[in-house]
Amino acid sequence: MLLLAFDTATPAVTIAVCELDGDGARVRAETSSVDARRHGELLTPGIREVTREAGVTLAELTHIAVGIGPGPYTGLRVGLATGHALAEALDVPCHGVATLDALAFASRRDAPFIAASDARRKEVFWARYEDARTRTGEIAVDRPADVVTSGLPVIGHGAAMYGDVFGQPPEADEPLYPTAAALGEVAVRRLAEGRELPDARPVYLRRPDAALPGAPKKVRQ
Amino acid sequence: MSSDEHPLVLGIETSCDETGVGLVRGCGLLSDEVASSVDEHARFGGVVPEVASRAHLEAMTPTVRRAVGGPDLIPDDVAKRLRDVDAIAVTAGPGLAGALLVGISAAKAYALALDVPLYGVNHLVGHVAVDQLEHGPLPKPCVALLVSGGHTSLLYVGDLATDVRLLGDTVDDAAGEAYDKVARLLGLGYPGGPPIDRAAREGDPTAIHFPRGKWGDGSLDFSFSGLKTAVARWVEDGQRDGRAPSVPDIAVAFQESVVDVLTRKAVDACVSHGVGHLVISGGVAANSRLRELAGQRCEAAGVELRVPSPRLCTDNGAMIAALGAEVAAAGLPPSPLDLAADTSLPVERPLAT
Repeated sequence: MLLLAFDTATPAVTIAVCELDGDGARVRAETSSVDARRHGELLTPGIREVTREAGVTLAELTHIAVGIGPGPYTGLRVGLATGHALAEALDVPCHGVATLDALAFASRRDAPFIAASDARRKEVFWARYEDARTRTGEIAVDRPADVVTSGLPVIGHGAAMYGDVFGQPPEADEPLYPTAAALGEVAVRRLAEGRELPDARPVYLRRPDAALPGAPKKVRQ
Repeated sequence: MSSDEHPLVLGIETSCDETGVGLVRGCGLLSDEVASSVDEHARFGGVVPEVASRAHLEAMTPTVRRAVGGPDLIPDDVAKRLRDVDAIAVTAGPGLAGALLVGISAAKAYALALDVPLYGVNHLVGHVAVDQLEHGPLPKPCVALLVSGGHTSLLYVGDLATDVRLLGDTVDDAAGEAYDKVARLLGLGYPGGPPIDRAAREGDPTAIHFPRGKWGDGSLDFSFSGLKTAVARWVEDGQRDGRAPSVPDIAVAFQESVVDVLTRKAVDACVSHGVGHLVISGGVAANSRLRELAGQRCEAAGVELRVPSPRLCTDNGAMIAALGAEVAAAGLPPSPLDLAADTSLPVERPLAT
């Protein structure tokens, strides 16, 4: 199993090549950069670089895993459109991994916590985890003040943005962003265990912003 | 022109609400598949960018699959057919940022996976290039009138790949946008072009006269915002005076105002630049009255008119592949893999770099 993983559903663009190693995953190469406005520019060149660094050709890949969000939609779609097209051209499966699951896995925590990412509009996408590998509920989108933390630590960029609401010291937020290395490891482990991964389809959690038009404006006073 | 000397170009278009994928070799059209989200926008009276972007992502790979061989191909065969592609062309702009990015992301991934060049091309110039697929190579130079829901431009096209100049543009609404807004005033459907065109056939063209925007101002620019307001005044005055406005009469007067200015300025552009060929393209080029009046005025001025069939006038992937083929044939360098979407890519740049 040689898997290309990436995520573009947070301000980070993160890419990794992973392979099965015993009952875990080994990361052959990885790169991450944080630039919320340049996902579309950074992703494909990054894939070219990371595969080169890993010493593999695209034709050797056996799987693709992509972050399915939720996350700011334009960036999220860059990753998914790229994943779908690569999978089709290379004739390999493209699987999805929830972006917060990759963030949680990257934390390596073994006690319960909340993972939160920026959802814009003064809200966060968040979910509760038993440990780094185990999410215990659905992912939701809420105002930070409405997140039921039950006193658990909150990690991720969403926690860092609203440190005043969550009332915790800045260092408690780490890691801020998911890594493709973690996302790839989640995917490799689940595939090796024969467990299902989500479809590579976007998780938006909100309907598109669109208002029905009212009556035409009067032009006569 | 469908010899194997020409590269096989896959074109991807996602600038607005149509997901288009086409395959072109030289001036030969091999396939043209479009998935439209227009029905999802209808109740909002215009394109909702987030709705369009979501629909593009859903439709992207299925549309590619249809373009390379039909919906029943097994994945293995899709990948095999894709390996015949020599270059990927994609709309780099102008258009909606989030919508453009879906197509650009997919195009880059195809180019990387297939190890072929990527050409990020100009949507507006693509509308001109598409005529070659139907009527053969464009005469050089020609003048092009692009009329759609988002654009109303007059172009001087010395060469599709290397020499395109903007002669005139709308200073406010696009012609198609004016159709949509007037259709809403008249209680007709969205998009407004087809129902107004139909209603106008029943109207009395002498009943009402609406103003012609930027008529005789010496420029090749357009304006349709005042016309829309004039229609709104007419409708409101009718309501105030208790007479029911005649939709066909308003439709025909509105349409005459639009196509009169469009065709007159287009022919003026040809004459003043000494150009003998006019191409009219874009969604509004499907309008029957525009085609008719343009035909009459071009004939009177000794200008040869070329209008692609309605299917090729609206947004599609074949037009992007057609321009990609031109750019490749001109030997221009491919776009880099870090190509960005350019929502206002100027028409003078057929190829984005």
